[in-house]
Amino acid sequence: MNLETSYLGLKLKHPIIPGAGPLTGDVSKARQLEDHGAPCVIMSSLFEEQIVREQRAAFAAIDEAADSFAEALSYLPEPDEYRLGPDDYLARVSHLKAALDVPVIASVNGISPDGWREYPKLIAAAGADALEVNLYHLAADKYESSAEVEERLIESVRAAREGIDIPIAVKLPPFFTSIPHFVSRLEKTGVQAVVLFNRFYQPDIDIEELRTEPTLHLSTPAELNLRLRWLAILHGRTTLELSLSGGVHGATDVIKGLMAGATTVQTVSGLLHHGPGRLGLLLKDLTEWLHEHDYSHLDQLRGCMSHQNAPDPEAIERSNYAMVLQSWTA
Amino acid sequence: MVKKHATLEANEAVSSVACRLSETIAIYPITPSSPMSELADVFESRGQKNIWGTIPRVIEMQSEGGASAVCHGTLQAGCLSTTFTSSQGLLLMIPAMYKIAGELTPFVMHVAARTLATHALSIFGDHQDVMSVRQTGFALLASASVQEAQDMAVISHAATLATRVPFLHFFDGFRTSHEVQKIEIVGDEVLRAMVDERDRLAFYQRALTPDAPTVRGTAMNPDAHFQAREACNLFHDAVPAKVQQAMDRFAKLTGRQYHLFDYSGSADAEKVIVIMASGGETVDETVKHLCACGEKVGVVRVRLYRPFDQAALLAALPATVKSIAVLDRTKEPGAPAEPLHLDVSLALTDAHEAGALSFAMPRIIGGRYGISSKEFTPAMVKAVFDELGKSKPKRRFTVGIEDDVTHLSLAYDPAFSIEEPEVVRAIFWGLGSDGTVGANRNSIKIIGEETDNFAQGYFVFDSKKSGGVTVSHLRFGPRHIRAPYLIGSASFVACHQFGFLEKYDVFEPAAPGATVLLNSPYAPDQLWDKLPVEARRAIVEKNLRVFTINAFEVAREAGMGGRINTVMQTCFFAISGVLPRDEALARIQDSIRKTYAKKGDEVVRRNFAAVDMTLQHLHEVPVAASLDGPSRAAVVPDHAPDFVKRVTAVMMEGKGDLLPVSAFPPDGVWPTDTTKWEKRAIAHEIPAWESDICIQCNKCVLVCPHSAIRAKFYDSSELDKAPETFKAADFKMREFPGSSYTIQIAPEDCTGCKLCTVVCPAKDRQQPKRKALNMTSLAGVRRAEKENFEFFLNALPDPDRARLNHGEVKSSQFLRPLFEFSGACAGCGETPYLKLLTQLFGDRLLIANATGCSSIYGGNLPTTPYAKDLNGRGPAWANSLFEDNAEFGLGLRFAIDQKYDAARSLVAGLAPQIGEILVHDLLEADQSSEAGIEAQRERVIALREKLALTSSPQAVALRVLADHLVRKSVWIVGGDGWAYDIGYGGLDHVLAQGRDVNVLVLDTQVYSNTGGQASKATPIGAAAKFAAAGKGSAPKELGLMAMQYGNVYVARVAMGAKDSQVVKAFREAEAWPGPSIIIAYSHCIAHGFDLSLGMDQQKLLVDSGLWTLFRYDPRRIAEGKPPLMLDSKEPKAKTADFMRNETRFRMIEKINPQRFKELAEQAQESAKHRWKLLEQMAAIHFPEEAQNPNSSD
Repeated sequence: MNLETSYLGLKLKHPIIPGAGPLTGDVSKARQLEDHGAPCVIMSSLFEEQIVREQRAAFAAIDEAADSFAEALSYLPEPDEYRLGPDDYLARVSHLKAALDVPVIASVNGISPDGWREYPKLIAAAGADALEVNLYHLAADKYESSAEVEERLIESVRAAREGIDIPIAVKLPPFFTSIPHFVSRLEKTGVQAVVLFNRFYQPDIDIEELRTEPTLHLSTPAELNLRLRWLAILHGRTTLELSLSGGVHGATDVIKGLMAGATTVQTVSGLLHHGPGRLGLLLKDLTEWLHEHDYSHLDQLRGCMSHQNAPDPEAIERSNYAMVLQSWTA
Repeated sequence: MVKKHATLEANEAVSSVACRLSETIAIYPITPSSPMSELADVFESRGQKNIWGTIPRVIEMQSEGGASAVCHGTLQAGCLSTTFTSSQGLLLMIPAMYKIAGELTPFVMHVAARTLATHALSIFGDHQDVMSVRQTGFALLASASVQEAQDMAVISHAATLATRVPFLHFFDGFRTSHEVQKIEIVGDEVLRAMVDERDRLAFYQRALTPDAPTVRGTAMNPDAHFQAREACNLFHDAVPAKVQQAMDRFAKLTGRQYHLFDYSGSADAEKVIVIMASGGETVDETVKHLCACGEKVGVVRVRLYRPFDQAALLAALPATVKSIAVLDRTKEPGAPAEPLHLDVSLALTDAHEAGALSFAMPRIIGGRYGISSKEFTPAMVKAVFDELGKSKPKRRFTVGIEDDVTHLSLAYDPAFSIEEPEVVRAIFWGLGSDGTVGANRNSIKIIGEETDNFAQGYFVFDSKKSGGVTVSHLRFGPRHIRAPYLIGSASFVACHQFGFLEKYDVFEPAAPGATVLLNSPYAPDQLWDKLPVEARRAIVEKNLRVFTINAFEVAREAGMGGRINTVMQTCFFAISGVLPRDEALARIQDSIRKTYAKKGDEVVRRNFAAVDMTLQHLHEVPVAASLDGPSRAAVVPDHAPDFVKRVTAVMMEGKGDLLPVSAFPPDGVWPTDTTKWEKRAIAHEIPAWESDICIQCNKCVLVCPHSAIRAKFYDSSELDKAPETFKAADFKMREFPGSSYTIQIAPEDCTGCKLCTVVCPAKDRQQPKRKALNMTSLAGVRRAEKENFEFFLNALPDPDRARLNHGEVKSSQFLRPLFEFSGACAGCGETPYLKLLTQLFGDRLLIANATGCSSIYGGNLPTTPYAKDLNGRGPAWANSLFEDNAEFGLGLRFAIDQKYDAARSLVAGLAPQIGEILVHDLLEADQSSEAGIEAQRERVIALREKLALTSSPQAVALRVLADHLVRKSVWIVGGDGWAYDIGYGGLDHVLAQGRDVNVLVLDTQVYSNTGGQASKATPIGAAAKFAAAGKGSAPKELGLMAMQYGNVYVARVAMGAKDSQVVKAFREAEAWPGPSIIIAYSHCIAHGFDLSLGMDQQKLLVDSGLWTLFRYDPRRIAEGKPPLMLDSKEPKAKTADFMRNETRFRMIEKINPQRFKELAEQAQESAKHRWKLLEQMAAIHFPEEAQNPNSSD
């Protein structure tokens, strides 16, 4: 069975990729993933916000307490190696590159034009084979229009693209007025792929303590459908490669993603639940299913259930809602 | 050879030399020498090698005694060693110093000379410490400036090898140790050329080794000891010549020539001052000035003080000398003269009697100057020369103070100045946390290292750990700056905090025509009207040019928060003209990049933004002619006690130098209860109470480090007289119907730390972000809340102590705190425990306080926080030393017990006069409760009434002792540096004595007061100075060690984790008639996190198992119960989650993630093991017949 897939200019043995998460940042875990057949790994993001917060916290802890009392002109040692910035992340990129034979895709999430511009350069220089640009926006400002928000995001992608040659995938949140329109704008920025969709912390409410708690639950298969819909809509309508991220737990989910039009399918939660060995199982189940159904290569099913090719494209759009309601009342 | 310059402090210059010329270094932190030790640790961690190619090993010991003993050992085993110390630390080394010198061992210790604690501790500089070791056999070499400190360090290391006599190289603490100067640096090639390799190898060959066994440290009998002691004479005799040879060699290598005694002045000088260390710089410069005016004066500067080369001194003196004044920076009460004076006198007398004096015997007088960093200025030097010119000068004098008691002081003209006009002299008033000092250090580096100019910086700090005032004195000029005294006449004065104008005479040092820079919240055209009249007058009379900027606004906009350093630094360069403006700005940016690059782009970016925005906001202020306006408010109100008005207020205003000798208590005994007069108003925001939301839990009161938030309940009718904005709510405790309740903030005493608002559990259900306490701007509420606090404190009655359950957290917080408004850090984790201590037992409390943070915020003048209740009772507090606190506290207990027995004996003896019933009640009183103690106090009053009727000697004595019939509570308080390290031996012994003492260890897990050095309490994985890679071993289990005695009450507590356990432990410890120890976790600024979250972090600490709460109560043994009770649950949180919240741990994760992971896992394992151990111990029952030794006391 030929599962070979080309994604971001990388030749992958198959399309099931361990996505951004705790496993892919750790050299020994990433090695295990490789042993279980991972065709590449996608690291979790370098978050500019985290770096900035760390820098500010360290400044507050060390510098703001300094030079204020004759006996204690400082309170903490300042070793030369204590450097705050992307160094950790970049070192991990290098370590992964050195430890793995498969490609390493890094990821970045910026909060400033400088961050979007500079960090990709550093990541590329550290040896990453490709980059996920992890876009996220919370459009909470009533004075910023959706067009302005999108322009800002496009600018971020342009900034990232500017200084590097390695391929880029843009990981999107689902919160756009028009995803196809935004993706069509992305095409002009020179990126190679879009990833649908990222998942960020969401606030939960502690009803006893009246507190907001940031939470991030592992994904469930229930999240798959939203992604399938947008894959199906985009497939064939964009020149960009599509990657599915979120809700992929079993081989069936992989197949659905491919059928909807995904070039690759990322999985994280399933691996966290069941361990790196889960990847081998997914691959085995996928291969068996393809055998059972007489597929010889993936292009035979990739996009077969997209909006363009599905027997009932209407069902992918608004009528889907109505049908569910009807089936519910039935 | 190209001369290499650097701009640095003497501590850094000396440490660099010492580390390059040593193989092993043993250290212990003590101000002001700590930076030398810290740098040694840094050099080691960087792998910096000595000139022989090895990295010196550095070890931190438990005390200076330990450090000197390690040095002794390494020296005997043949390793070149060094150490650094000051003051009391040097005294602890004396025993080893005798040994090291007696054994003729090459060794150098570097001392930042500091005052010894006598009537009071002082961290500042004089020669009392080094003069205390002049008899040990060490050679004493003095240096006078940063340059000299570096150079003499080299010479001393070379000379010790050449002579085999150990050297103590010293320089003035703070004045030299902390002065920043541009100096010429000595490279390794000079060091190599200075040290004779043959001497080094000879030293190695003398090492103690089984390959060529010898015995050392023998005991000798009268037949031999004396002669053997004399056998070393030749070595000591040879020292001066060999030191001079080393100096000459150094001169060839560097061009800087020193002599054992350096004379300068007119060749035909008639009046000469002899002086040592930094004061010599001042005399030298003044001599130059006076000579230029035609005076025949000179100065002899002593470099090698021991061995004292009389011939070299005589050779240095001009033959024309007629009178000599010897200046000593030390005091030896009862001595015929101070030591240098005696030495000089003897040298001249000996020579005179031997007929070896080539001139007539001059008159010699002597005086003290500069004690505890007292200013020593050219004006004082001139006064000494003037005195020498008198026909009957004072034979013994002091200079620099006004002695109106023994009239020893010389008058001087403060206006006399020798400052050169081409030197820029700038003074900056700042607040500890605003970055002023850091910015000035930076400016000095810019000018010193980037231009041909020379630069000098010296920084004056007050003793407050929160909201402390800093005054920076900077000089810049074309020549080497030799002025080790504060600027008296400044060409530039910056005031970085507008509020200072209300409190201090900020413009007093401004020279006529000087430039003034004010950080002000007011627009330039409104500023004049906001200035106090004193400031206006100074501006007009001195014709000052005034600039202003709203630096806080600019800093905020640039994302710098309250850090105005970059803004004000930019202003300084823009208007002072020290450098061309554009060049200055470029250099500032360059320096920002260098300083903050490793802290991240964000910090650099924000600083750059601040520089960019500054100049647009800098304005010149039009000076109006009007001088009408309000004057500065009185420092203290008129109703303050006389002493506070006469003495304390003057010190508070920064004018303590003006107080005469008569103003001071001669024995160091000061009144308590004085912080209440120092209204500092340092918070920008303070909590505001919402009475409708409050659930009246009093947790805010408990955690407040400064006793600035308080609770009372009172009869509601009291509110009739309340100020308009005073808030109250119905009191919710059913036992007190008809009562109202108030939480009141002391607006001018609050530091704005937010601990109370974070700990407050009460939220508005409709709008949960609104709590019962919310921060609000001080400016908006200051006046009203001040009035409210006044009413709350003085008009509302305190709740009746007798009606309160002291064992309950909430009720305990209605007890009046007798520890208030200290200078501790905002958010301090220690002080809430002390406050609780005073609430529970304050009116019968004696505290022995180890030196450290708690002794500084507890006893550093001008004001002290221990207060009195309405009966005039309150904690009696004393600090002896760092190392001896447990023993000192035991001494207090010992005395009290003795006096108790004496009083009882007198009561029994005077029974006929007193009456049998009262005698019985007095002697049999049950004082185990608050009520019992109050009843005993009543009996003592009755006793005094009876005693008033009789005048027998016994009655008179009993009148003095009667109060000792009331039970006293003795507490021994200190930090972990004391309890775990330097004082542990004493603490252990005291606990073993079975006496009724209570020990409170305020455990911050690090030496906080001296700046975050590791102690044996430092936990696994924490970075601290001397443990920069993260401590790899678990902290000492002090609690377990104390438990093994069986009869010691032991508790480990953390207020943020379980406050009820804290209150319980304090009461149980106090009630236990034997020894008790409470180890109280205290979050600290040295942990590196936002201290407003301190209590949350304590909870996480306990949940993670890193600090299991327990109480070991020996009383339970007799009850058949396990004496150990665990008060926290089995660990459930991850240690790493706790650790990641604090920079001390997080730093390790950033430096070496793998090491952090391993250490966090190790900490987790250790937490589990310790929990298991304690869990098993908590199940241990002792045999029922076990009786504890104290139960029958």
